[in-house]
Amino acid sequence: MYALYYIAGIAAAVSFLTDREKTIKALKIGWKKFNKILGTYLKLLIILSFILLISDQFIINYLGGQAPFIGLIMGLIIGSITMMPGFIAYPLAGILVSRGVDYMVVAAFITTLMLVGIATYPVEKEYFGIKATIWRNIAGFIISAFIALATGILYGEVFV
Amino acid sequence: MSKKDKKQKTNQKNKINYYIFAVFSVFMIASYFLNFELGNRITSNFMIFAKDMGAILPPAFVLIGLFEVWVSRESIENNFGNTSGFKKYIYAVLLAATTVGGTFVAFPVANSLYHKGANYSSIFTYVTAASLVMIPMSIMEASILGIKFTAIRIGVSLPLVIISSILLGNFFSKIDYKIPQPD
Repeated sequence: MYALYYIAGIAAAVSFLTDREKTIKALKIGWKKFNKILGTYLKLLIILSFILLISDQFIINYLGGQAPFIGLIMGLIIGSITMMPGFIAYPLAGILVSRGVDYMVVAAFITTLMLVGIATYPVEKEYFGIKATIWRNIAGFIISAFIALATGILYGEVFV
Repeated sequence: MSKKDKKQKTNQKNKINYYIFAVFSVFMIASYFLNFELGNRITSNFMIFAKDMGAILPPAFVLIGLFEVWVSRESIENNFGNTSGFKKYIYAVLLAATTVGGTFVAFPVANSLYHKGANYSSIFTYVTAASLVMIPMSIMEASILGIKFTAIRIGVSLPLVIISSILLGNFFSKIDYKIPQPD
């Protein structure tokens, strides 16, 4: 994560030595864009604080002990609604696998977590517009379902 | 709607968000002093994301500003635009894999790319891939769930991401869709 500071710092320094005015303009543009979106990001943070209340135990209960295809659908839905950083999501996925939950279900959960962002809608809408945001998320949902099925087939959990 | 009206509307929307956030902050502080358990859990959830975002967004926006000033429209058009062939998808995936901060950073970057001449399908590929193939995340995943799992996930998803980006891209150029200009 600190890498980003080094990169930004070095880039800004090189830019400044090359062209002072351009660099100041760049920083102004960056600041303006940041300022404009900050409120939306804060709103997103509030939404995410509530969404993370969906506890690990809830997810383990709902994804474990289901028939494979019910589990698949639950995984797709829970993954779409929730949003969590990798350092929480992957250990949770590890627990699910160790409890005997199918890899297919875990894949459904993990990929929709990444590809479908109902919670990030307020931010995405600002940058992509409403229509593109909705279509992109629908596409993400379909892709996730394919990935989960492929995982199920390749792990021998589903037979075709 | 004129540009001025639009700006006023954005300012107003921002103001409302700040008010909501102020109320939320008061709620977090009150929960702390009143030992309100649910409130404290919400606060710790808030901190998980806030720490990340607070650290990543400032340098990301410095880089976006530099990108806007230094990178020529021509080079983006040639590499990510309509004239660029299949290689734009490869560039989009490579850029995504190295984007620190995932989608939170990828959204504004994609928007800047688009307004510099990148076409829909390349920015869709970029944003989608940015949440799929982040290198540090994928390493973590492979160590917990196994390399096979990660290999299937990335191997199956990339072709699907590119195909769906092409389909969505065609659809949006056909209906003449415009992505919002951020300022």
